[in-house]
Amino acid sequence: MTRPITKTVEVPVADGDIEVYSLKMGPQHPATHGVLRVDLELDGETILKCTPHVGYLHRGFDKIAENRTYPQSLILTDRLDYIAAMANNVGYCVAVEKLLGISVPLRAKYIRTIVSEMSRISSHLLWLATHALDIGAMTVFLYCFREREVMLDLFEELCGARLTFSYPRIGGVRQDVTYNFVDVLQRFVADFPGHIEEYETLIDTNRIWLKRTVGIGVLSADEALELGLTGACLRGSGVDYDIRKHRPYDAYDLIDFEVPISDDGDIYARYRCRMEELHQSARIIQQCLDQLPPGPIISKDAPDLLMPLHGKRKLAPGSSTYGTGLIRILDEKEDLPQGDIYVSTEVPKGELGFYFISDGSGRPYRMHVRSPSFIHIGALPALVEGSMIADLIANIGTLDVVLGECDR
Amino acid sequence: MESMEIAGKVRDRFQEEVLDICDFHGQVGIIVKREKIVDILRWLRDSPDTKMNHLMDLCGVDNKKRQGENLLRYEVVYNLYSIPLRHLIRIRAQVPEDDASIDTVTTLWCGADWHERECYDLMGISFDGHPDLRRILLPEDWVGHPLRKEYPLRGREEWSGLEKLQHKVVELQQFGAGDGIMRTGTKKLQAKGGKKS
Repeated sequence: MTRPITKTVEVPVADGDIEVYSLKMGPQHPATHGVLRVDLELDGETILKCTPHVGYLHRGFDKIAENRTYPQSLILTDRLDYIAAMANNVGYCVAVEKLLGISVPLRAKYIRTIVSEMSRISSHLLWLATHALDIGAMTVFLYCFREREVMLDLFEELCGARLTFSYPRIGGVRQDVTYNFVDVLQRFVADFPGHIEEYETLIDTNRIWLKRTVGIGVLSADEALELGLTGACLRGSGVDYDIRKHRPYDAYDLIDFEVPISDDGDIYARYRCRMEELHQSARIIQQCLDQLPPGPIISKDAPDLLMPLHGKRKLAPGSSTYGTGLIRILDEKEDLPQGDIYVSTEVPKGELGFYFISDGSGRPYRMHVRSPSFIHIGALPALVEGSMIADLIANIGTLDVVLGECDR
Repeated sequence: MESMEIAGKVRDRFQEEVLDICDFHGQVGIIVKREKIVDILRWLRDSPDTKMNHLMDLCGVDNKKRQGENLLRYEVVYNLYSIPLRHLIRIRAQVPEDDASIDTVTTLWCGADWHERECYDLMGISFDGHPDLRRILLPEDWVGHPLRKEYPLRGREEWSGLEKLQHKVVELQQFGAGDGIMRTGTKKLQAKGGKKS
């Protein structure tokens, strides 16, 4: 059953005294989290019409990827959601592995699960910090960045980069974890639930926070589904859809965790969902570290970084870069499978999907990225039309959008 | 239900429309004609056996350099998923070159709005009945549709608005180097209220 999403707003047309006021918010507004422009039509402080404009960061991801080999496009995925680049890398690798039929060693699966959840923690902390800052709670920002710094330091130790990692490889990961990494992460995960409580004491029952979030931006389950929302935005409306449970990838089917769901569908419900996800992420990392199996970290079938148009050359065992996923020289022809495949993963923002069409050459014939932020910004008018202009800020915050991912 | 079973049911119900069914790595794609696409998707969404209530992805494909018996020049791909029943299916609607248009599915999922605008913008397939079909990622005066196969990866021409923009920058430099736009704002203030910054 389709029902109209846009709320009916009484527009005072006949009254000559009232004038519709148009306001262009952005593209350089601090609360739009990047370069999002929102054209508003206002009656006083009530939003009559909201039109988001995106595309300021469009880099032609799909077109570039058609002219690069599969491993070469990996570095582009860092630039999608730069807050959680690791989750994007993992999503891309999972998709290409499924297309090429590569099986990943168990240890690499566990490491990738760990880094995905670390990026979820880092992304949710940044979301909480900026969302609270937008609404007016300054202190949370400082506490969140304290813990986010630990995550970024760990990423730096793991692969040398703090934001754009390209650490996972098609068929595994680039390097093994160090003892120090495991040690610091163990301590962090043990302490982290206490830190979440700290944030919660600041805002969970704060009267201003409650006034700004409870009952604002309400979406029912049907509306959220129809708008195509995913991630915490959908689970905040009471729909049990988490790709980690529905279509498990990496080590998620070996790990015990819960998917937090709330039925209220307002900003506060989505906030609670994400806070619970932080707890669950810490739990997943703890289990992964406990169960971390020994073994290789990259598959022997992994394509090289310099994958040629047709196939690859396999070096003899014993040569220096054999089986490391690093650069090898290529000349042996090997046909890739022909067909199309859609693989999605659960990134912090929602469902990140990659649709590949392979024509048997080393480059994708067509590649399409289904980015959650793009769909979420499209849902913004349904959330805000009819509400107050101050709630627009809270609503942009609750959707948790990153414009790099939206514009691709 | 297995994806192949769903494909069989779709074939039984829409015998005229289904051209082919293909299977790759366990994912089933149904190649259909474009005429009854809304009916097919509505049936898939509302039928109690399928309940495909989540439109995961919608994108356009240019088949110019692709071999295939039933393929026309363009196709629109719908990736559907059923959250209650946990199965997925892909519908590939064929669109001819001379009339690159297909019916909109925003009547079924209003979230398809931006997907279709993106498809129109980058692939040039227009959606009949779409409420607001404009370019979304590229500037409104952009010429061409970049994801078509004949569109070059690296073009020779500049964007048509670039020259105008450069003139504007030069024009605004008299108000101070760098942030020309901020200074014009101040200038208006000065003209109106006589405030000096």
